[in-house]
Amino acid sequence: MIPFTFARATSPEDALGLAALEGHRLLGGGTNLVDLMRKGVEHPVTLVDVTALSSDISETAQGGLLIGGATRNTALAAHPLVRTRYPVLSRAILAGASAQIRNMATVAGNILQRSRCAYFNDPAASRCNKRLPGSGCDAREGLNRYHAILGGSASCISAHPSDMCVALVALDAQVHLLGLAGARTVPLAEFYRLPGETPQIETVMAPGEIITAIELPPLPVAARSAYRKVRDRASYAFALVSVAACASVQDGVLTELRLAFGGIAPKPWRALRAEQALLGGPVTRDAVFAAMDLELAEAAPLAGNAFKLELARRTAFAVLADLTGETA
Amino acid sequence: MSRVQNAVIGSVKTVLGWMPERWLPGGTPDPLIGRHGEVGRQASRLDGPQKVQGKARFSAEVAMEGMCYAALINSPITRGRIARLDTAAAEAAPGVVLVLTHRNMPRLEIVPVMSITNMGAVGNSALPILQDDQIRYNGQVIALVLAETQEQADHAATLVGIGYEEAPARTRFEEAKSSARSLASIMVEKNQVSVGDAPRELQQAPYSVDNIYRTPGHNHAAIELHAVTTAWDGDALTLHDSTQAIAPTANALAKLFGVKREGVRVLSPFVGGGFGGKAFWDHQVVAIAAARIAARPVRLMLSREAVYRMIGGRTPTEQRVALAADHEGKFTAVVHTGYSVMPTYAVCPEQYSLGSRAAYRSKTYQFGQRHLDLDVVPNTYMRGPGESVGSFAMESAVDELAHQMAIDPIELRRRNEPDKHPLSGTAFSQRGVLEAYRMGAERFGWDQRSAQPGTRRDGEWLTGMGCATGSFPYVRMPAGAVRIHLTKGGQATVSCSAQDMGMGTSTVQSQHAADRLGLPLDAITFEMGDSDLPPAPMAGGSAQTVSIAAAIAAAADKLAGELLRLAGNASPVAGLRAGEVRLVDGSLVSLENPSRRDSFHAILSRAGREAVAVTASASAPLEMLKFAMQSMSAIFCEARVSEVTGEVRVTRLLGSFDCGTILNPKTAASQFRGGMIMGLGMALTEETLFDERSGRIMNANLADYHIPAHLDVPEIDVIWTGIPDPRSPLGARGIGEVGITGVAAAIANAVFNATGKRVRDLPLTLDKLL
Ligand SMILES: Cc1cc2nc3c(=O)[nH]c(=O)nc-3n(C[C@H](O)[C@H](O)[C@H](O)COP(=O)(O)OP(=O)(O)OC[C@H]3O[C@@H](n4cnc5c(N)ncnc54)[C@H](O)[C@@H]3O)c2cc1C
Ligand code: SF4
Repeated sequence: MIPFTFARATSPEDALGLAALEGHRLLGGGTNLVDLMRKGVEHPVTLVDVTALSSDISETAQGGLLIGGATRNTALAAHPLVRTRYPVLSRAILAGASAQIRNMATVAGNILQRSRCAYFNDPAASRCNKRLPGSGCDAREGLNRYHAILGGSASCISAHPSDMCVALVALDAQVHLLGLAGARTVPLAEFYRLPGETPQIETVMAPGEIITAIELPPLPVAARSAYRKVRDRASYAFALVSVAACASVQDGVLTELRLAFGGIAPKPWRALRAEQALLGGPVTRDAVFAAMDLELAEAAPLAGNAFKLELARRTAFAVLADLTGETA
Repeated sequence: MSRVQNAVIGSVKTVLGWMPERWLPGGTPDPLIGRHGEVGRQASRLDGPQKVQGKARFSAEVAMEGMCYAALINSPITRGRIARLDTAAAEAAPGVVLVLTHRNMPRLEIVPVMSITNMGAVGNSALPILQDDQIRYNGQVIALVLAETQEQADHAATLVGIGYEEAPARTRFEEAKSSARSLASIMVEKNQVSVGDAPRELQQAPYSVDNIYRTPGHNHAAIELHAVTTAWDGDALTLHDSTQAIAPTANALAKLFGVKREGVRVLSPFVGGGFGGKAFWDHQVVAIAAARIAARPVRLMLSREAVYRMIGGRTPTEQRVALAADHEGKFTAVVHTGYSVMPTYAVCPEQYSLGSRAAYRSKTYQFGQRHLDLDVVPNTYMRGPGESVGSFAMESAVDELAHQMAIDPIELRRRNEPDKHPLSGTAFSQRGVLEAYRMGAERFGWDQRSAQPGTRRDGEWLTGMGCATGSFPYVRMPAGAVRIHLTKGGQATVSCSAQDMGMGTSTVQSQHAADRLGLPLDAITFEMGDSDLPPAPMAGGSAQTVSIAAAIAAAADKLAGELLRLAGNASPVAGLRAGEVRLVDGSLVSLENPSRRDSFHAILSRAGREAVAVTASASAPLEMLKFAMQSMSAIFCEARVSEVTGEVRVTRLLGSFDCGTILNPKTAASQFRGGMIMGLGMALTEETLFDERSGRIMNANLADYHIPAHLDVPEIDVIWTGIPDPRSPLGARGIGEVGITGVAAAIANAVFNATGKRVRDLPLTLDKLL
């Protein structure tokens, strides 16, 4: 690890001033950034601790929730309003990492956590377009069990690792950003960029912008929501496939549906096509599989991850059947 | 491991075959067997309080005056040479004391590697350490940076400029098979063995299975990282090491650095897990060399990544097991062959076929292993070397055959239970695996198993049961010594250089010494972990307990002789010889006439002595040659498999063990459980991800190298037959490694019973069950 200096921001404006400086990086819980510094992937000159910024969780005028960017993952998962109104979010957070890591991790840090691709994390010996643009991608022909089947590109197939964010895109969360040019709000679903030719650019954030909060809209359907994470051990492993869903059924047909996937794409994947196909119909195995085929139509599986196609279909059906009271 | 060795061991066995049993050690069972004393009691670990209070000091916690800290650089390439090396920037960095590379490393010989013919050696690698510019495997240490703080060392390590000239490397398992080697012997057994015409039996038999089983590489992941704190004082060397081979390390270091053995002191009172990975590797040598050049004490603790890269693990294997049976279910062919990686510079043959040789009676047999020479960190011993992966293949195959024949798998094993060693014809010292099965089946509720796979479910979860046999050979290491120092007040200190890796060695040997010396447990002090004490062999092969026990028994005999001599002619025990007395209740007591006794206190008082001390070495472990001796187990598993996702959850695991006398139920149960959890990891999650294109391990961390998490581990039930082995000290056999064996097969068999899907390729990840 290279030497660095440490600063602490006491207000968003304070953070903003520091964030714009050369080599300055914001520090949340540090559970990802510090690891990356140890591995030699990140080389900040100064770490700007932003954990003193807002970690409030409050109801908005519209009846949604505003969650401060410095809110710890544990605190968010445990919040009574989250647990009752958005249970999918609690469950997704609790399905991630370990209790110790969740205690440290912040909401903003979780959103901006970086790839777990083994080659990205191995600057000493591996080629990676995301880490060093133009150097190549060792994952494509290498170990790609955890990689994306959807949304990847020739230059990068890394999957977004977050669980929390899968629930957040299902819930139509908005990201509150603050930059020198002012504040703005971006739907999380549009916040991430697919890798294309520039896998090193992962979000629509402008240089120097910071995340101040996340906003959840009021969403009654979310009270009936579920998160299921499929992984290589019973806990403490990243998702191979995960499914977040909110659904309501009337007279045997889906009247409302939010469906999102983790582990299969470079960003938390909102399955709009599948939602469209399923709305107004019953939750049957055939219907869900057909909807998933639409969703996965452009999937480009590789040697190590082709199983995710079938796994995603099956898990989606199991989750929806469970949510809507159908027997799997 | 040569032909000569085969011949020698063969002829020793022949000679021993002519001798009456009672001439041999173990011929007359140890008189302590069956005696009710401290041994067999549920004693808590004596070091427990120190550990939970944080008072147990591990090797990376020892403070030394003026100490500096080391960081290593491991090669990112697999084969080639260092073409450019620029240390100037690192040397100029703040706090840097020394940058050690092949240029300024002292010229050292190759460290002698451990082998059956050189039991005193400890090396895991026959490669030179920092002696030239050659890179021989990915992760090889190429430089050490020493600085005033760990952070300064870590930082300066990033400033060393290194240019590599890459050369082609051998990294692909499949490609290497065509040039595989066949060693003459595997441990003490002849490697390629054929009895009868197994291929013909396989063709003709009414029932047969013939399949390939694969296991991936595994890495050591002991909780304590490899670490040394070391200092020179002139030609005297002190090394605080985390090692399972204290005395052999001291011997090796004295030779390597050309100093007197008496001047080398290796201390390792606590080890946070060894499992075969904590013997002698490159890090000790570079740290000691750096300390010598810098003339400063040095601390080197490997990073977790470095443990993956420069400490070898378990090789991947590809094994063929074929079984044939007649209409009665009697085996007519047992075949176990295969491939594993073992570079020419490595020491561990991963003896997966050895357990199978002692497992079943059959008309014909064929065994043999081939080794691939790849450019990788030398593979080494890892808990249950050989048997852990070998039992997966063999015991899966037995289950497959039982299914084909529609026979209960325990019944099939019963029908093929040998009454003597199947190949050598040697008598078993004791073998109660069928009893272990009987006890285990009853307790587990084996009769609830459906013989038809895929027929039990609980919602989306298919449930099933499986079982498998585990085994691990009995080993007693030659040449261990202990010293006993007995005071007039009846306090005994038993000392040897042995190592306690957390399994409770000092506790159990204190219990043993109390019984052997006729003293209460609190009168015993057990000293260990220091090479200045009488040398104990390395802790390996599940052999440490019986090895030390035999040395204590020998020393107790000698102590009895010494006390008889000191007792003099006026003593009630005058005229008796060592073999004619026992040590009971602080006294020498005649075996023939227990009223003839004399207390230690009286004897020493009359002799005007405050204390008496003796040192003795264990008898040669000839029982291993005369008898076929193994610890065994019957493992039972209940597993659930999601029909949706293919996820496997083990819901119940039971180990029923037949390992001779259990010396301490508490420490033994922990050993068994720990081994079974490692077996569960092997079955479900553990896999070294090796990129065959580069020869590099890609999951060199505990986030991506999946050892089981708490949620993966169900409650584990452990029982044992407790039948003493009449041929071993205390009637005990090893228990450290047998726990891992059989577990992966029991789980795979349960998964088959649940789903009807047979996975022959570990780990049992969900994609294989979708
Ligand atoms: C072993 C391990 C296992 C894990 N398993 C899982 C898992 O199963 N599921 C899962 O979802 N996650 C998992 N994680 C990841 C974990 O969730 C993230 O590390 C964590 O959420 C990051 O939060 P942090 O606050 O520590 O971020 P940091 O490491 O502090 O920061 C991460 C990034 O966010 C930036 N940042 C922080 N705050 C702001 C802000 N206010 N504005 C702009 N940028 C900001 C930082 O500059 C940095 O680039 C795991 C992590 C580890 C180490
Ligand atoms: S998948 Fe992306 S992150 Fe991984 S090596 Fe390729 S470019 Fe890098």
